[in-house]
Amino acid sequence: MTQVQEQDGYVTADGRQIGPVLMDLRDITLRFGGVEAIKKISFDIREGEIRAIIGPNGAGKSSMLNVISGFYHPQEGEVWFKGYRRGPMKPYEVARLGVARTFQNIALFDGMTVLDNIMTGRLNKMSSGILSQAIWWGSAEREENHNREQVEKIIDFLEIQNIRKTPVGRLPYGLKKRVELARALAAEPQLLLLDEPMAGMNVEEKEDMSRFILDVNDEFGTTIALIEHDMGVVMDLSDRVVVMDYGRKIGDGTPDEVRNNKEVIDAYLGVAHD
Amino acid sequence: MLYREAGDFKTSYREDGQTFPIRLDRWGYYAILVVAFGIIPFVINDYWASAVLVPFLIYAIAALGLNILTGYGGQVSLGTGGFMAVGAYAVYKLMTAFPDVSIVIHILLAGGITAFVGMLFGLPSLRIKGFYLAVATLAAQFFLVWLFNKVPWFYNYSASGQINAPERTVLGWAVTGPATSASAKYMICLCFAFVLAWVARNLTRGTLGRKWMAIRDMDIAAEIIGVNPLTAKLSAFAISSFFVGIAGALLFSVYLGAAEVGEAFGINKSFLVLFMIIIGGLGSIFGSFAGAAFMVLLPVMLKNLLVGTMGWPTDLAAHIELMIVGTLIVFFLIVEPHGLARLWALTKEKLRLWPFPH
Repeated sequence: MTQVQEQDGYVTADGRQIGPVLMDLRDITLRFGGVEAIKKISFDIREGEIRAIIGPNGAGKSSMLNVISGFYHPQEGEVWFKGYRRGPMKPYEVARLGVARTFQNIALFDGMTVLDNIMTGRLNKMSSGILSQAIWWGSAEREENHNREQVEKIIDFLEIQNIRKTPVGRLPYGLKKRVELARALAAEPQLLLLDEPMAGMNVEEKEDMSRFILDVNDEFGTTIALIEHDMGVVMDLSDRVVVMDYGRKIGDGTPDEVRNNKEVIDAYLGVAHD
Repeated sequence: MLYREAGDFKTSYREDGQTFPIRLDRWGYYAILVVAFGIIPFVINDYWASAVLVPFLIYAIAALGLNILTGYGGQVSLGTGGFMAVGAYAVYKLMTAFPDVSIVIHILLAGGITAFVGMLFGLPSLRIKGFYLAVATLAAQFFLVWLFNKVPWFYNYSASGQINAPERTVLGWAVTGPATSASAKYMICLCFAFVLAWVARNLTRGTLGRKWMAIRDMDIAAEIIGVNPLTAKLSAFAISSFFVGIAGALLFSVYLGAAEVGEAFGINKSFLVLFMIIIGGLGSIFGSFAGAAFMVLLPVMLKNLLVGTMGWPTDLAAHIELMIVGTLIVFFLIVEPHGLARLWALTKEKLRLWPFPH
């Protein structure tokens, strides 16, 4: 484990200070049998940044996110997080390092209430043992109430106070997405991964969600990496964009740079073969 | 009208997190405790103890245990009978080997031993789930019964192959053996059931319970959030088996007095307890008690009704009783697949608005 050379960040157009590299992916290759889902991709995510990963269907975006969250282990390449090389880790170990995520298809715990779902997000902040939990009075209850307070802040922040005690299974789609974001936020992650946070939403819900994402980044200083298909949203929200196609990286830069990249335009609009 | 939350303000998270947030519920709960601890022990007779209350309390403990594993943890188990046998044989060996130690400690130790055995048989759950896990736990059931039959050490080389509970006392009262009074039997089971239900409630509302439920509802998401599936599943198996082991120990030492493993702890027991939690409600403490009450009380009630009130011959009544119980189970599952606990919760939801539902 060696320390990566610290690099300074940059200042965005709207004056936000972006810090040094938080996560660095180097020459990641991921294969499923003979299929190469990701081919030698390198990019970095800086502290405080909103980083988007875009690309057509099947480009390997979700696989990339799964590599970052430790669910897939790449055959080649290195994952550096907070300046240290990350060995092959279980997903729950990655979570403990401060990476949280939401899922493309909502993955909430349907049998539990909204409050319990979000409290589950704080598991890694809670440490009371089985015995003290069995007795409850004392340390376990104090810990529970302390964490409840933190969770209530997030509930306030995402404006879901009224559904706190509702079982998640009864909620409409848009709210479920919001609860999932709340659950990820409850872990106080340094890096928040959002897999298509706006899929299947109407314009109004998308606006709400975009506002929440910006607020999260602004207020908690959380670094965010997101996958999204809505180009308008991506270009508005993100500081830098990675473009993938067929498992390769075909573009990387600010939204404007990416928008004018010839290869990116070809991938999205198709190329005339003559 | 009386049963409502309106006006009952909670000003701290502690108050909001209490078990019975509605005042009337709380009073009802205290009233039940007062009756159970303060009145029943003085009026109980042998019939009520041995036919109704003692088996109800013991099976409620077993149902709590299985509910922790299946209802909260999502791991199906058909090994309950086998684990109860572990509890029974453990307490028997402890009672005979250390006659001077209190039986309460023996019962708790028997629970601990069962927890360990349960954890061992829970290891396959890390690889397989659902029906396949059920089959794997079924192996535990058959293996454990076979083991206690085949190895004479477990039944102290007795000629009959049975185990018999010697007399033991708690605070001067005999709680096991033939001289035990009905109220002593009832009280020791009640104390265990009360404390264990309280422990179950605490465990399921805290971090551990959320880990179990997260694994139950969506194991992949749970793992990515930070739940270690190994510890979550094995702790569910261990704690569930602890409860089931205590139920087995009580069933043998307090209730039956003498037991033969194949008869007392066969596969029937596994199914019985599983039915209890399905009918009572998966993932509910109340459901464990309701299910146990249903399965214990219904046959007794039917028997009294058919033989006592209507004067049918006993053998005919016994057969009809089986058919009625079976039909009622099917009926209940069709009407409310989530069990009595859900039915109760729905009633309470309606009651909150009654009599002005709009």
